[in-house]
Amino acid sequence: MLSTTTNHTLATLLAASLAIVALLSAATSAATSADDKHLSVYSSVAVYTVPVVERSGLEYVGLLELMEPLGRVSSQSQGSHWTLRYNAVDAEFVAGRTRARIRSRDFELPAPFLIENSRGLIPVGSIDEVLVRFLGAAVNFHESARRLFIGGAGTQVSFQMDANIPPRLVLNFTAPVNPSISTEPGKLRMVFKRDPLLSPGSQSISFDTKVITQASYSESNGDAELDIAASEPLMASFSNNRKTITVAAVPTGTTPNGNAGIPESSGGQNQPPPAAANSAPVPRRTVVVVDAAHGGDERGAALTDTIAEKNVTLGFARLLRHELELRNFAVILLRDGDTVLTLDERASAANVTRAGLYITLHAVSQVNGSGVYTALLPVEGASNGAFHAWNAAQAPALAVSRIVAAAIAGEMQKREFAVRASSASLRPLNNVIMPAVAMELAPGANGVADLISANYQQRAASAIADAAASVRDRLGVQQ
Amino acid sequence: MIPRSLLIGVATLLAVVIAMGVYLRHMQRQAGELISPAASALPVPPPATGPTETVTLYVADDAAGILRPRSIQIPLPGGRQQRAEELLRALLRVYQQPGSTHALAPASDIRSIYLVDPGAAVIDLNAAFADQHRSGILSEQLTVNSLVKTLAANVPGIQRVNILVEGKTRETLAGHADLTDTFDVTTIEQAESQ
Repeated sequence: MLSTTTNHTLATLLAASLAIVALLSAATSAATSADDKHLSVYSSVAVYTVPVVERSGLEYVGLLELMEPLGRVSSQSQGSHWTLRYNAVDAEFVAGRTRARIRSRDFELPAPFLIENSRGLIPVGSIDEVLVRFLGAAVNFHESARRLFIGGAGTQVSFQMDANIPPRLVLNFTAPVNPSISTEPGKLRMVFKRDPLLSPGSQSISFDTKVITQASYSESNGDAELDIAASEPLMASFSNNRKTITVAAVPTGTTPNGNAGIPESSGGQNQPPPAAANSAPVPRRTVVVVDAAHGGDERGAALTDTIAEKNVTLGFARLLRHELELRNFAVILLRDGDTVLTLDERASAANVTRAGLYITLHAVSQVNGSGVYTALLPVEGASNGAFHAWNAAQAPALAVSRIVAAAIAGEMQKREFAVRASSASLRPLNNVIMPAVAMELAPGANGVADLISANYQQRAASAIADAAASVRDRLGVQQ
Repeated sequence: MIPRSLLIGVATLLAVVIAMGVYLRHMQRQAGELISPAASALPVPPPATGPTETVTLYVADDAAGILRPRSIQIPLPGGRQQRAEELLRALLRVYQQPGSTHALAPASDIRSIYLVDPGAAVIDLNAAFADQHRSGILSEQLTVNSLVKTLAANVPGIQRVNILVEGKTRETLAGHADLTDTFDVTTIEQAESQ
C-alpha cells in the first residue's frame, strides 16, 4: 500500500502532466488554426499559397511573400518606413499609415500597413489594388475565398451527363487538374488546392437522373470545391491527360473506402469507368521541412556589402516550398520571416514534425560550385541503448540522406549547375532524426547577382524538388 | 691652460655626436613605422633547431573542393606537442602565401596544441583565425579537415580532435563548421576519400 506522501506526490505529478498536455494541446491547436488560413495565388509564372494572419480583427498577408514568386523582389525596412522593389517598380509604405505609394503614385489602403520583424503586411482587402499597381496586369481577386487570379489564369469546367445505365457525369476541364477526391454518404467531394478552377457560372447544377442528382461549386480559404450529390456511392476516374474526370456509381459488390479518386486511365474520356476494386488511392503527401539557415541577428555570410546570406536563404526557401508543393509534397518552413532560431530549436522543430525529409539552405559568394551536404557525424556522445546521442541522432537516417544528396546533385548537374555532394560537420544536420541534407547555393557565371536572381534560384529549387520526388518512396513518412 | 683650438675641436665633436644621436633616434622611429601590421601579425617562423624532416600536409583546394597531399621539409623539434604545433604552423604558412588555394588571414595562428592520451588532440586557434575566416560550409569544412588530417598523418596515434578558439569552445568556425563536438579522424578520412 502506498503511503500518503507517495499518493500526494503521484497526484501532483499527474496534475502537472495534465497541465502540460493541456498547454501543448492548446499550442498545437493554435498553431494549426494559424496555419489553416491562407491565400492561393494563380498566375502563369507560379501557383502558390501565402499565409494569412489576423491583426486587430483584420486579415493581412506579407507583401514580400506575395510578390516574391512573381519576379525579382527586394525589401528594406528602416524605422517605420518599408520599401519594396519588384523588378523596376518601387513601392513605399509606412507602418500604421493607410497612405502608400507605388510607381510614385499615392493611394489609400483600407487598413493601416504593418511591419513585424522587418516583414511588411498589407490588408487582404488591398491585394488586388496593390497588385494591379505593381504588375500592370489584370487581377481577379475572390476576396471572401482568398483566391487570387493574375493575368488570364483560370481553369473552366463543363458538365456533361451521360444518362445511360449506369449514368455517368463527365467533367471536362480546360487544363489538367489534380484535385483530392473523397467520398462521404451521398456525396463525392473534389477539392482543388492548386488548380485555378473558376466557377462554372451557376453555383449549383441539377441533373435529371436518380443516381447523380446535383453538382455544386464552392470556394473558401484558398481552395475550390466541387461536390457531386448522389443516391448511391460514387467513384471518379481521370482521363484525357487529367483534363477529364468521369464520375459514376460504384458497381454493385464493391465499396469505396472514402477515397474515391483513381489514377488516370490510359483510354479516352468515353471509356467506361474501371472497377473500384482496381482503384488505387491518391498518393498521400510526404512532409518536407525546409529550413532557411541563419536569420535575425545571425546574418550568416556577407555575400556582398548589402546582401546577407540569411535573406538569400529565405527567398530560396520560399521558392523551394513552392516547387515542392507543385510535386505534391507538404512543406513546413521553419522560418518564414527574419526570425532567430537556435540550432537546437531548428532540430527540435524538425524532429517533432516526423517529416520525410529535412533540407537546410545556405548560400555562399565564392564561385567554386554549389554543394549538397550530409552530416559528418562527430564522435558520438553517451547513448542509451537503442537511442543515439543528440549529436548523432542522424545516424540511422544517414544512408537515405546520402541517397537524397546524390539525387539532388544529379538533378542540379542536369540543369548545368556545378555541384558536389559531400559531408560536413554542420549543425543541425547531425541532430535531425529524418533524412537530412544541406544545400549551399553558389553563384554561377553571373557572380553574386545569381544568388538574388529569381530565375537562378528557381532552377535550383526545381532541381531539388525533382530530386526529392525521385526518391519519394525512400522518405517514408507521409501526411 | 688648455689651448683654445682644442676646446673648439672637442665642442665641435660633442655637437656632432649629439646630432648623430638625434638623427639615429629619428631613423629608428621611421623604421618602426615602416613595418606593416600584417607583417608583424604573421606567425613566428619555426625555430631553426631540430632535424629537418619530410612531412605531408593536406592542403585545401577551394576550387576543387578537396584536400591535396603536399610533402615538404621543415625543421621539427623533438617534443611531440611542439612538433604538432610547428607542423600546423607550416600548414598555415602555405595558406598565407600569395595565390594560396585556400587563403587564410595573415594573422591566423595556432596558439597551442594539447596532446591528450590516449589518441586525443586539442587544437587551440587564435581569435583572428576564426574571426577572419571566410564564411561558408565548404570553406570552413576544408579548413577543419585540413587541420585534422595533417595532424593525424604526421603525429602517430591521434584519433580524435577538438578545436578551441582562444582556449574556449566556440559554436562554429565562421558560422557553419560545428566546433562544439569532437572530430573523429577516421570519419573525416572516410569523408575525404569519397
